[in-house]
Amino acid sequence: MLSLIYLIGSVTFIVGLKMLSNPATARKGNAIAAGGMALAILGTIFLYRHNGQGLHNYGWIITGLVVGGVIGLISARRVKMTAMPEMVSLFNGMGGACAALISVVEFEHMAGTLADIPDVHGQLGIIFAGMIIGTVSFAGSVIAWGKLNGRIRDISFQGQHILNLSVLAVIVLLTLFVAVTLPSAIVTLFAAVLVLSLIYGVFFVLPIGGADMPVVISLLNSFTGVAAACGGFLYNNPVMLTGGILVGSAGTILTILMCKAMNRSLKNVLIGAFGGAKAGGVTREQGAYKEIGLSDTAVVMAYAHKVMIVPGYGLAVAQAQHACHELETLLEARGVEVRYAIHPVAGRMPGHMNVLLAEADVSYDKLLEMEQANGQFNTTDVVLILGANDVVNPAAKSDPSSPIYGMPILEVENARSVIVNKRSMKPGYAGIENDLFFQPKTSMLFGDAKQVLQQLVAEIVNSL
Amino acid sequence: MEAVFSFLEQHLELTYIVILSIFLGVEVISRVPSVLHTPLMSGANAIHGVVIIGAIIVMGQASDENYLALILGFLAVILGTINVVGGFVVTDRMLEMFKSKKTK
Repeated sequence: MLSLIYLIGSVTFIVGLKMLSNPATARKGNAIAAGGMALAILGTIFLYRHNGQGLHNYGWIITGLVVGGVIGLISARRVKMTAMPEMVSLFNGMGGACAALISVVEFEHMAGTLADIPDVHGQLGIIFAGMIIGTVSFAGSVIAWGKLNGRIRDISFQGQHILNLSVLAVIVLLTLFVAVTLPSAIVTLFAAVLVLSLIYGVFFVLPIGGADMPVVISLLNSFTGVAAACGGFLYNNPVMLTGGILVGSAGTILTILMCKAMNRSLKNVLIGAFGGAKAGGVTREQGAYKEIGLSDTAVVMAYAHKVMIVPGYGLAVAQAQHACHELETLLEARGVEVRYAIHPVAGRMPGHMNVLLAEADVSYDKLLEMEQANGQFNTTDVVLILGANDVVNPAAKSDPSSPIYGMPILEVENARSVIVNKRSMKPGYAGIENDLFFQPKTSMLFGDAKQVLQQLVAEIVNSL
Repeated sequence: MEAVFSFLEQHLELTYIVILSIFLGVEVISRVPSVLHTPLMSGANAIHGVVIIGAIIVMGQASDENYLALILGFLAVILGTINVVGGFVVTDRMLEMFKSKKTK
């Protein structure tokens, strides 16, 4: 009976994941996977038998489920759309910690009676693997979470990668040593590997730039999948295995796809062009930029033929999507053609801008993908950049020493004029200067994106 | 080396599952529009919350006097549940935004 339930659970995971990769069926797919998960959990609680014995400690289990469920539900409901990626990262860390804890308990369980266990080497190997991967995923996710909400800065130093690799090598060698020779100091060594894994997780993520966090989270996500699969081996449990491995392999592919969307290799992200490029990223003299006022902007936009809006993280922070839609309708009513140019990694996660603009009822066919948009900039009169920076930085094309060199960008400099709305002249997330702001056809319009847009709308309605 | 072979032989069925799942995962994900990367990541994140099942088993097999196992197992159940529930709810919230576009 229970194996049947596990079979259903595994199938729902596969079907759910498949449906999640298509916009039309994604939401249903998520619900199906959730249903399968609920079934598998309930089945385990009530039907699990080991050597003819059921589970006990029901009070603890139910309390844990309720407490965790309430915390998960509340935090998932309360979190703002802009903070979504860090939330996912945190949840991922919880899963990793859960996998690691399981390994710790199982280890404690068998540590005393090593000699009596058949296949002890294999079991130990799996327990160590689950503990290491889970711990790395947990530590890394917490760091990624801290980076995304700005609590932790990028820290990198000379030789960091060599240090990381050495730590990793020590972890692997110690594990092999323990699993093969079963030394008497096994508990101490287990603890040592645990601590080293924590350290490795922290050092692994610390040097990677904040803008690359979605890629890192996706990678850690697949780590946790593998850690869960270790549990599947431990308990001969097929649903943990399918679920875990499925996420492990799908997560890896997804990570690579995300890298491709930024035109960078995974190695490049991990070895850290952002963190390691201190030499190339020397702060240059700031050139002179020119400011533009609200009324001038209103005039320029209202009398243009075609306006292209480039949204970025600034739009998300200011929650300006509705004001943006308002401006768009107003301009369209005056006969101006308005389009949105969406860079694949604009904002803090892929698809961030599409989600926000969809929320504000912006029509889908007005959102242009990067290739489309780049083909249209030379017929565009005004580009309005709302809190985007790195995705329009021409250094990505022209300056090989720039940390973002090679990333495809929106080629806004091909338009006739560019208006940049930012809160200040501070550099963007990658922490580098943007030459675009100092070009003669660019003007700066400082202020909070939402306020500026609302004032623009008022200006156009009242005075034009 | 021998230990590895004997381990694989003993877990032959599970090994089959692993290998097939790897290919399945790759197959299922390839060609996803970049818009869906984040929800997909979040959905996959919820699915690996299946590790909660291991936590429940650990908890359910811990003996009453073994406080270390009880406390760690309890923690594992809580953390695992947060992963599962939070993961699915967050994914649903993200996808909700897409749906409003479809109906329009």
